[in-house]
Amino acid sequence: MSEATGKVTGSGRVKRGMAEMLKGGVIMDVVNVEQAKIAEEAGAVAVMALERVPADIRAQGGVSRMSDPDMIAAIQAAVSIPVMAKARIGHFVEAQVLESLGVDYIDESEVLTPADYENHIDKWNFTVPFVCGATNLGEALRRINEGAAMIRSKGEAGTGDVSNATTHIRTLLREIRRLSSMREDEIYVAAKEMSAPYELVKEVAETGKLPVVLFTAGGIATPADAAMMMQLGADGVFVGSGIFKSGNPAQRAAACVKATTYFNDAKIIADVSRGLGEAMVGINVADIPVPHRLAERGW
Amino acid sequence: MSLKRIGVLALQGDFREHIASVQACGHEAFALNRSSELSGIDGLILPGGESTTIAKLAKSFDLFSPIQSAIAAGLPVYGSCAGMILLASEIEGAAIGQETFGGISMRVRRNAFGRQVDSFESDIEFKGISNPPIRGLFIRAPWVESVGEGVDVLATVATDGVEHAVAVRQGSLLATSFHPEITSDTRVHRYFIEEILSKG
Repeated sequence: MSEATGKVTGSGRVKRGMAEMLKGGVIMDVVNVEQAKIAEEAGAVAVMALERVPADIRAQGGVSRMSDPDMIAAIQAAVSIPVMAKARIGHFVEAQVLESLGVDYIDESEVLTPADYENHIDKWNFTVPFVCGATNLGEALRRINEGAAMIRSKGEAGTGDVSNATTHIRTLLREIRRLSSMREDEIYVAAKEMSAPYELVKEVAETGKLPVVLFTAGGIATPADAAMMMQLGADGVFVGSGIFKSGNPAQRAAACVKATTYFNDAKIIADVSRGLGEAMVGINVADIPVPHRLAERGW
Repeated sequence: MSLKRIGVLALQGDFREHIASVQACGHEAFALNRSSELSGIDGLILPGGESTTIAKLAKSFDLFSPIQSAIAAGLPVYGSCAGMILLASEIEGAAIGQETFGGISMRVRRNAFGRQVDSFESDIEFKGISNPPIRGLFIRAPWVESVGEGVDVLATVATDGVEHAVAVRQGSLLATSFHPEITSDTRVHRYFIEEILSKG
């Protein structure tokens, strides 16, 4: 039996490459099989299986953890698109469990209650790839240094208020542009200031982009929100509570997918925005006391 | 060789990487997402991505039938991964109601190698491309379960002792399970342009 020569699973290229295939797409939060099917039917590129969407986590409070394996397995059985799931920040055993379930991507997520306030998961130890949240370039590069194969700007999950998503994607991309304009001898201090490994900072300065795919998340609730994130330079979007906390999830989900593809075409965005019904009610991020903001978690 | 103009279907997926690969071969490529853009192209590339998403968007934006007609009329097309699925006449493990453009007489199994934890890279011998072997990146990749008449198998990968077709050609249509576009190796794109587009 001749197995293919030099066959390697879980390589950096295979992990990062998986995220490349999601680009230009919408990843949707789902809490059950029915929602997962609606998401797939609407054209989602992947679903995030979780027990409570961020809006409910926020409303109900309490400690939020990895989802029940039965629930994740049911969603895996129901759809053919990739299934992602969330582990708590630093909770490497939740990540081991999710890997054993065969999820396609693990989100080490600030939406869940952190399990470790110092260390994130050592993501190099896993075959399954990880996506992590970041509010700025330094945070993104620290996560990549720990093995993250995809980054999502955090925004403020569960609010339906897109302002923090805007701030975070703008910050990340502005910091990348700033690095690109620096002299080589200025990169050392830049790395120190953003508390990120010099080699990664140098790579970003040279290539003018993150070494991994960059999605946007947190508060995206309308097709126009999704298109704005794409125009700002995101590779794709996560829509969490925005879809299934709205009046007509199937139609809104499909509309967000179309607006993400044709993000530069205002006429198409207008067309898909017609008659969508009620958007999620939402909360203004400014009304949430800072200690209760999810984006503050992770460092 | 004359300069070729290639459209890369840009609804979702890694179309930018395909555009860069074609450009690295010295030819012109652009992101195609309107049916009017199909006229005047020498070839079409269907990128990696989610085949269900790409097919749905193609339907919604009146690209589905025009692409099918163009394929039937002999337009050279190369599809990688999701693109291979979209070129298959039949899919195994299809999502409910999933349709394809078709064109290559083959039965393709979606996510054939398993989930993402089973995604891998491996050396492959590609008929028509000389040494060194191509480093194939297989990401939730399909394989070709069976082929009809007139389909050439250009590469295979062994899993559990069984060889599975991962690159096929039928006339001017080319499909690979793997993603040369996310490596710096442009030999598969060059093969598409030089052996298929130019010799047509």
